[in-house]
Amino acid sequence: MKELLMIAIGSAIVNNVVLSQFLGLCPFLGVSKKIDTAAGMGGAVIFVLTISSLITSLIYQFVLVPSGMEFLQTIVFILVIAALVQLVEMFMKKVLPPLYQALGVYLPLITTNCAVLGVAISNVQDGYNVLEGVVNGFATAVGFTIAIVLMAGLREKMEYNNVPKAFQGMPIVLLTAMLMSIAFTGFAGII
Amino acid sequence: MKANSPAERLYNGIIKENPTFVMMIGMCPTLAVTTSATNGIGMGLTTLVILTLSNMMISMLRKMIPDGVRMPAYIGVVASFVTIVQLLLQGYIPSLYDSLGIYIPLIVVNCIILGRAEAFAGKNPVIPSLFDGLGMGLGFTIGLTCIGAVRELIGAGQLFGFQILPESYEPVTIFIMAPGAFFVLALLVAVQNYVKGRKAAKGQPVPESSCGQGCGSCGNTACSGKKL
Repeated sequence: MKELLMIAIGSAIVNNVVLSQFLGLCPFLGVSKKIDTAAGMGGAVIFVLTISSLITSLIYQFVLVPSGMEFLQTIVFILVIAALVQLVEMFMKKVLPPLYQALGVYLPLITTNCAVLGVAISNVQDGYNVLEGVVNGFATAVGFTIAIVLMAGLREKMEYNNVPKAFQGMPIVLLTAMLMSIAFTGFAGII
Repeated sequence: MKANSPAERLYNGIIKENPTFVMMIGMCPTLAVTTSATNGIGMGLTTLVILTLSNMMISMLRKMIPDGVRMPAYIGVVASFVTIVQLLLQGYIPSLYDSLGIYIPLIVVNCIILGRAEAFAGKNPVIPSLFDGLGMGLGFTIGLTCIGAVRELIGAGQLFGFQILPESYEPVTIFIMAPGAFFVLALLVAVQNYVKGRKAAKGQPVPESSCGQGCGSCGNTACSGKKL
């Protein structure tokens, strides 16, 4: 239990997926204009990342390892993730229409979110078992949500600021990300 | 220069549509691995090899792949080459393999590779696609090496691992940590905005870049939210 908690805090806060590993940067910069949409994107990422960690861990432990084909992990994972996102989308549309209404538009965007493949591969590289993998996936996605919602809050406030012309748009967002990243390095001593 | 000639493709990739400085695509690896010039050049060359091979293969298969399943087919081709290159690196250049770590398998989801497959290799013959991959790959390598060199010089006082600045220079270590990557990229985009603003003021055509719209315009249909 203690180890699971360590993994969760480690991947949600200390090694934040966006601010210290640079994964999932595209949605972080692209979908962070408003808190509502940022939270929606975060919710969709939590949903997909938890399921995809479960499925890829299961496939790795019970298909690839017994058959000695670990080297195929990259190919298998990316195809499984691409198929899984579409499956989740279809399933959600049919069975959970309210959830689909809230998260549906973000789901296709997640397929190429490098965080999903990144977590699947780091689960393997760190030697996590299925349960640890799921916890790691969930916590990573929570970390992503924290970062993107904070960023959206800051960007909403920044609307009223007088930013130099050349820094308007992306540069000021990146500078904000830099400051957030410095703040998050402060967590480095926790574990 | 004649369109689609080897020289024109190389010029296009290195200068006109440089993936790092002009198009601003493939930003995840750009930020993550440019902690030193050596890492930058290693990541750039790895991507170059994969991009050239996958461009050639996709161009050869372009008449065989049905339109409806072309994204999964492209992803399959790219993932296979990534796996091959990853195993070769692990065997022959273990130091580079260790320092790039998880970012080698993540080349699969690099916007540049799927973007070029979609925008160029899927529609053009093999030889131009080969040079398109080489040009884009070289442009990416140059971009990563430049950013890596700046960060390494300021953050460690070194260049390619050799001490350049005198011992009395106090390195600004934050430049080789995560915040430094965001800072360098912010300045880069600001300079690009400034140049564009001046060009627009003079009435010259402004090159389109995908920056600011996230993945939506990186030329990769899988990125822009369409179905696979």
